[in-house]
Amino acid sequence: MDILSLFVVVPVVIVLVMVLFTKNLKQARIVTLVGMLVQLGMSINLIVKYLHAREAGDQSIMLFQKNIPWFAEFNAHYHIGVDGVSVLMILLTTLIVIAGTFVSWKIQPLSKEFFISLIVLATGVYGFFISLDLFTMFVFYEIAVIPMYLLIGIWGSGPREYAAMKLTLMLMGASALLLVALLGIYFTSGIGGQAPTFDILELAHRQMPFAWQKIFYPLAFIGFGTIGALFPFHTWSPDGHASAPTAVSMLHAGVLMKLGGYGIFRFAMFLMPEGALFWQDFFLILAVTGVTYGALSAIQQTDLKYINAYSSVSHLGLVLFALLMINKTAWNGAMLQSLSHGFITALFFALIGMIYGRTHVRDITKMQGMMRIVPFLSVAYVVAALANLGLPGFSGFVAEMNIFVGGFLNHDLYKQVLTALAVTSIVVTAVYMLRLTGRMIFGPTTKVYTNLPHAFWYEKTAIAILVLFITLIGTLPFWWLHFIQDSVNNFIQPLIK
Amino acid sequence: MNLDSLMLMRDEWFLTAVIMLLLIAEVLLSAKNKKYIIQLALVLFGAYTIWAFLPNDTGELFGGSYKTYPLVHYFKAILAFGVFIILLQSVNWLKEKLLPYDFTAEFFILIFSSLLGLNFMMSAGDFLMFYLGLELSTMPIIALTAFEFWNHRSIEAGVKYIMLASLSSAILLFGVSLVYATAGSINFEVIKSALHLPLLEIIGLIMIFIGIGFKISLVPFHFWAADVYEGAPTVISNYLSVISKGGAVYVLMTLLFVTFTAFQKEWNWIMYGTAILTMVVGNLFALRQQNMKRFLAFSSIAQAGFILLAMLSNNELGVKAIVYFLLIYIFSNVAAFGVVHVISLKTGKENIDDYNGLYRTNPKLSLVLMIALFSLAGIPPVAGFFAKFFLYAAAASKGYYVLIFIAVLNVTVSLYYYLLPVRAAFLRVSDHPIPFFKSDNYSRLAFIITMIGLLVLGLYSGVFEFISNISNIF
Repeated sequence: MDILSLFVVVPVVIVLVMVLFTKNLKQARIVTLVGMLVQLGMSINLIVKYLHAREAGDQSIMLFQKNIPWFAEFNAHYHIGVDGVSVLMILLTTLIVIAGTFVSWKIQPLSKEFFISLIVLATGVYGFFISLDLFTMFVFYEIAVIPMYLLIGIWGSGPREYAAMKLTLMLMGASALLLVALLGIYFTSGIGGQAPTFDILELAHRQMPFAWQKIFYPLAFIGFGTIGALFPFHTWSPDGHASAPTAVSMLHAGVLMKLGGYGIFRFAMFLMPEGALFWQDFFLILAVTGVTYGALSAIQQTDLKYINAYSSVSHLGLVLFALLMINKTAWNGAMLQSLSHGFITALFFALIGMIYGRTHVRDITKMQGMMRIVPFLSVAYVVAALANLGLPGFSGFVAEMNIFVGGFLNHDLYKQVLTALAVTSIVVTAVYMLRLTGRMIFGPTTKVYTNLPHAFWYEKTAIAILVLFITLIGTLPFWWLHFIQDSVNNFIQPLIK
Repeated sequence: MNLDSLMLMRDEWFLTAVIMLLLIAEVLLSAKNKKYIIQLALVLFGAYTIWAFLPNDTGELFGGSYKTYPLVHYFKAILAFGVFIILLQSVNWLKEKLLPYDFTAEFFILIFSSLLGLNFMMSAGDFLMFYLGLELSTMPIIALTAFEFWNHRSIEAGVKYIMLASLSSAILLFGVSLVYATAGSINFEVIKSALHLPLLEIIGLIMIFIGIGFKISLVPFHFWAADVYEGAPTVISNYLSVISKGGAVYVLMTLLFVTFTAFQKEWNWIMYGTAILTMVVGNLFALRQQNMKRFLAFSSIAQAGFILLAMLSNNELGVKAIVYFLLIYIFSNVAAFGVVHVISLKTGKENIDDYNGLYRTNPKLSLVLMIALFSLAGIPPVAGFFAKFFLYAAAASKGYYVLIFIAVLNVTVSLYYYLLPVRAAFLRVSDHPIPFFKSDNYSRLAFIITMIGLLVLGLYSGVFEFISNISNIF
């Protein structure tokens, strides 16, 4: 077994163990935790091996490749491999799942099923990040999406059935568009008389005719963009986040939504560069609208989860925006933002879940002075807020800095104006984040909540993991950029010829 | 003609022998021992199913009116396997409802005769054999539809089915006679080379298409489906929706791809329109259904529309995609119908709302239902995803991207209604859920077989490769 396939196999083994042997919450969470710690060990091992391979002078575009024919008839292969970005994304996924397990320490009812669904989702995500074959990628993508329906529908709150259905239908609808694009790419790759292929490394060498790129690129972009909260296809996200249980919101905003930006980066733009340039200006407008609209919507909200959901729309809009800027600095920023947003937003949702679990209220107008009541959670919330608005020292700053510098590196006025518009979102983010903390965390204490329990050890562990990585990215950006640049340099090549 | 050449149609011989043995057993067994007929039929048919999977030669009999080649041979085996699973599911129903009336042997004889008819229809080399097979497959099913004679809905369904089936047969025969009038033969090979006068032949082809379209329940020939499925015993609805539909699809495929391939331009447009109509109408009606059997009826109409996507390809890829899809479809639909059947037999409940909270009381049954519905909706890693993907691929190989676009939008709509029973079983809780019950061993075996099929046939590509290797029917 190669070291990459293990990322898919180990979760399946965990699920089997859970189905066969675990009976109650305690056993289920221990099995999940142990399994995920094994995954963490594998992720770290992968990073070490990756660094060794690069140091040893291995310059291939993808490392640790494994290529096994699957459906030979369609030339569909189980082809996997990683580069710098996928390595980091795998690490992100593992950490978020571990944090999510700690946050769901007391999940009831059907706790075993909860952890199983969570792990199935993670399996899909791992598989997506290591796929180098469009067919394999698509299979894993759908495996990652569908457990969401059960996770939100069974353990969610509020209008959970509606939210779960809306989310599933919109994401599966988007994947349907993606499917058309995928078949288009596949069959046009056979135009020259060669056997059509799903392999992205192979496809990159075959020139897809421009006329077809023009048709299939927007399908692929919207297909991936929907899960990356592209305006106006983001509407599933606020409802979904608001209804989802804590760990699911974390995993969803922290990892699943990253599939969008990653997919555009790895598949859509890489395989259809001319189409990407042709549609660049159009999608830029959508991305910038998403960035500013998300931020402005967040100001209007009083529900903590909705605030963070719209904040996610805004910040992930920046990822798409940066990708559309098509230069190395912006792309570095995009990938860094994916990581940074993953940790920050997971921290947010974890804290919101913990606060809600104590007060049973998510309305910020009804909570005041939490600092005196639950100091640990409040401090963590302030950290998350500051990281989110881009304070230097935290991860948000380095990522957004790269994105905006990259945006202004473009010489034409159109892109510079749009960049300026996107920059305004920082100010708006500062407004809603500071207003929120000022009101909820500080300010006089209300009498309603005085005897709330302090953070439990498992909650503290989850928070500590996330805060640690937010500061690690913020203080050591170059270590992370080192991985990202390696990948970006290869994948931007077709676009900047 | 010698024994060797007769062995070419050994599937049919064996099935006829099974029917005869059951007839004799029915006569010989005393009233006290009648219950052993069920076991006897299962053993005999199980032997037939295994026998059907052994390789057979290629050849033709009776001056070309009966033909066999690997693809049709294995497709017969697949259908036999599907019937075997349906029989496993029906044991409990037979014991409870039909044994008191002493009707079990008739049930088996009728259902085997229908399968025999399908076998002849698929192996037909001319329109005579084709028509005989078609009628032989339809008539017993009409009787079976009305088999729960104490239930007036079942009788009503039988009457409806016989009216529409005879109408469609008449139209089909008229189409055959038009083709015969112009081509001068009923032999498929001769017709293929003798097509010369398009208009009359095209009208003939359209009429034949209507006749077969009725059996596949394509829109606008689908009106019988929901009522008959709802009224008929669940095992028969199951048989109608997978086995008889599967056989008819296979025949339509060979007729279009081989015999009438010269008219491809003309029939392509018919298929294009019918595919869109069938998908859209099937989906829109399925959205509002409360009764699970009606729900599955409309879902199976919509699925037929997806099959037509691959019909458009008119190439080997299309053959592979259709046969593979039918195989997976048998597993998914039989599993879904099986759950409905088991619950309906135990509690008499058939509505989606009755399933509220099912997971908390019957987790295994709910999981079977979910996996079967996911397979129908085409969600990986369940086999249905791969089957649907290959259908799209077959259509895309000829560049029908707009049609695929319409199809994938329809799949998204279909996902909504496939999630409704899942929502009821998993998401909702009920004050009066269906209480826990143990299903009988036969149904359990059937569920295990279908689940293994659904989880393995997709991820493991060997089965598809096998179908690929024998798909050259041109």
